[in-house]
Amino acid sequence: MAIRLTVNGKQQSYGGDPDMPLLWFLRDELDLIGTKFGCGIASCGACTVHVAGEARRSCSTPMSELDGAKVTTIEGMAKGDRLHPVQQAWIDEDVAQCGYCQTGQIMAVADLLARNPNPSDDEIDQSLNNLCRCGSYARLRKGVHRAAALMKGAKA
Amino acid sequence: MTIQLDRRAFLRVTAVSGAMVLTMPRGAIAAIDGAAADIGLHIRLTPDNRLTIRTATTEIGQGTNTSIPMLIVEELDFPFDRTSVQNMVPPIRRTAEGRIESQVFAGGAGGSTAIAASYDAARQTGAIARNLLMQEAAARWSVPIGELTTADGFVVHVASKRRLAYGALAGGAAGRPVPTGPLPLKPRSEHKLIGTSQKQKEARAIVTGERLFGIDQTMPGMLHAVMLRAPVLDASIAKVDDSAARAVPGVRHVIRLPAIAPDSGFRNRPLAEGVAVVADSRWAALKGREALIVEWAGGATAENSDERIAAAWADLVAGKGHRVSQTGDVDAAFSAAAKVVEARYDAPMVAHAPMEPQNTLAHVTAEGATVITPTQQPVGVAGTVADVLGIPIEKVKVVTVRCGGGFGRRLYTDMVAEAALIAKAVGVPVKLVWTRECDMATDLYRPGGAHRFRAAIDAGGTLTGWDHGIASQSRRYRSAPDQGIASLATSEVAIHDHPGALVPNRRYDYVPIDSAAPRGAWRAPGHNINGWTMQAFLDEVAEAAGQDPLAFRLAMLGEARDLPYETHGGPIFSTGRMAAVLRLAAAKGDWGKPLPKGSGRGIAGHFSFGSYVAHVVQVTMKPGGAFSVDRVTSGIDCGIVVNPNGVAMQNEGAINDALSTALGQAITIRGGQVEQSNFADYPMMRIDRAATLVETHIVPSDAPPRGMGEPSLPPFTAALTNAIHAASGKRIRSLPIGEQLA
Repeated sequence: MAIRLTVNGKQQSYGGDPDMPLLWFLRDELDLIGTKFGCGIASCGACTVHVAGEARRSCSTPMSELDGAKVTTIEGMAKGDRLHPVQQAWIDEDVAQCGYCQTGQIMAVADLLARNPNPSDDEIDQSLNNLCRCGSYARLRKGVHRAAALMKGAKA
Repeated sequence: MTIQLDRRAFLRVTAVSGAMVLTMPRGAIAAIDGAAADIGLHIRLTPDNRLTIRTATTEIGQGTNTSIPMLIVEELDFPFDRTSVQNMVPPIRRTAEGRIESQVFAGGAGGSTAIAASYDAARQTGAIARNLLMQEAAARWSVPIGELTTADGFVVHVASKRRLAYGALAGGAAGRPVPTGPLPLKPRSEHKLIGTSQKQKEARAIVTGERLFGIDQTMPGMLHAVMLRAPVLDASIAKVDDSAARAVPGVRHVIRLPAIAPDSGFRNRPLAEGVAVVADSRWAALKGREALIVEWAGGATAENSDERIAAAWADLVAGKGHRVSQTGDVDAAFSAAAKVVEARYDAPMVAHAPMEPQNTLAHVTAEGATVITPTQQPVGVAGTVADVLGIPIEKVKVVTVRCGGGFGRRLYTDMVAEAALIAKAVGVPVKLVWTRECDMATDLYRPGGAHRFRAAIDAGGTLTGWDHGIASQSRRYRSAPDQGIASLATSEVAIHDHPGALVPNRRYDYVPIDSAAPRGAWRAPGHNINGWTMQAFLDEVAEAAGQDPLAFRLAMLGEARDLPYETHGGPIFSTGRMAAVLRLAAAKGDWGKPLPKGSGRGIAGHFSFGSYVAHVVQVTMKPGGAFSVDRVTSGIDCGIVVNPNGVAMQNEGAINDALSTALGQAITIRGGQVEQSNFADYPMMRIDRAATLVETHIVPSDAPPRGMGEPSLPPFTAALTNAIHAASGKRIRSLPIGEQLA
């Protein structure tokens, strides 16, 4: 039986192995390659997407759990040319070095800010656990605060 | 000299300041892109006055896709915000002697060399392009070129108040004669872009998830491949039962790959035998691999890394090491010493573990091979593919893409060799992506080592004798033609580096630690451990001498003078520049000011790749053996700075890379198996332990520019462990720190 879900607002259907992780459905079937493979064990967070608005590690989320689900990937964050505030903050603070983990970081931060619009440094530390091998954490933290300010409508 | 590029065009390449500079392909290149005109392979100006710069240096997170365009644009005199960047694979050829080389400067990425190699060449490229545009304008307006100037993408004739956009001139400019010999370049005082902070050019593409990385690439009809390799190092295949694997829906091929011996004539390391599963989808390939039944045979089953280290250490202490070098009368210095300090420092092997696992997309046909791969070494990729497939290098097309981290791992081409062999076997495009477990177990690890230090201090508190013995798994194992002990020592022993090189009586011994694990270059090779052990031990020496760690270092460096430094990063080590970065870091980092109990500062400085870096690290001890890195202040002298923002990014990143490595990372071997497999047992630091207050202070300099991808890393770990000692009284002499402070 086909699994039906929406991805970035578009209806999608999947009839293959229900054990397949969402990550490979996004990357290989929908060609949404902004979601990255890093570890396959839900540790690094490079594959973070939103399912029903909450951050999930797509490498460890089987398709069988997603019938009727609403999935958002990095490709669904901008509204036309207008970037999501977290994406904009990432450019403003020049967070990325190699950039590979950053789409997952942005998805994780967008989820954090949806739950907590003004997180303290301690709350950021407790909430964010995506890996960055380049060590962009100093700017990443600044990026979170800037995104929080942008979302409140503060001027950049 | 003139080198033929292809049927349509010729490249002229001239030598400028010792670098090869691509000055100009001829006008025929304009045909490549219809309305667009190419001015140099590096430069494409389109009629809408937009500039695309293609750099041969691959972007691995070091920022060269921003800094190299800055060099070109500075001389071209063009708006940087109308400039975009792409990768470019230079023509690769095999010389008459059989050596494979790029025909353009600075291909790939490694050794923090891109800026040094590009500085003159890239500016010259921009200047030549500007000259051609001015020639074209002069002809159109029938005025002497000497009456023309340029301004931000326009050629201007002030007298007649005329101006034309570069884009409008580009097509004609490509047909103008190339200037013979190098053009004069702007003096430093006229630089408008070099030395200003610029953001990363590809930031928007990154945050929107564009198709930038190797793993994102596709070709029509592409299949997916995964690898299964022996769990034991150097094991071979006894038997493969692939019936269940082939029965998995979507699995198309199961391919047994041969071992590839070291020294196969291409820049590669040995590959063990393995089995590739090729399927319609990544998931099917993974399921197929799970269903494979493989019996392995032989291999290094007797290897336990801790035993091998202990055996080598015993040899070192027993004086059985190879004497690498000796200067002065070391024994006399120790006999006459008022105090002798001794310590052992241990660092483990570590993995590269870039966030993007190794991958290559390959298509091999009767006509040739195309490979798309995230690499630090495009020339090595071309050579590897040519050699494993037995085809001429002219039939190999290499496409480089942004790398999801490099750190040295992507200097090696083992994943490319595999992908090429698989693609040849299946006849259609194949994307090979290693699992994280495969990546972790099939690495070329940073060597670990046990360092034995002895220091002699005279009655006046001066360091008079330095005895540094190293046992390590040499990086040159199976990569250098000469596997003798003297050859293995050369990548490991820091005979050129201060502080040892400043001590009149000094000696260095070496013992190789036997291991079957492949080893390779890892961010700041050699320096990454030596910078820690030497600068951490120096703190112990200063303490024994009863001196402040900064004052002791400055006294050792003494008068500002240039000393010979006869290896990569040389030819000169300046004691004055080293002292200056130590003073700067100390001044900005409040060195000497009181801190509450439980907090402390540490300092260290190290010279590598031509750049001088010192850090002051401030830590606070926490319950249960944890600690916070409260603040890092860095003093940096890397010569002329192209992009100060880029220097700051590399500094912040290298600091956190070093911190992550020091906190918990180690590769260990038991029964010939690498014991770590993924981030669950090879912990990478998350934001909660990171250094997030990093202040980068740059010494203004007119010295030739040097790279910053690596030099901030080596001194950080020493400044960190020195700070931990200041805060807690405990010396960390073995990495990772792990639970030692609990």
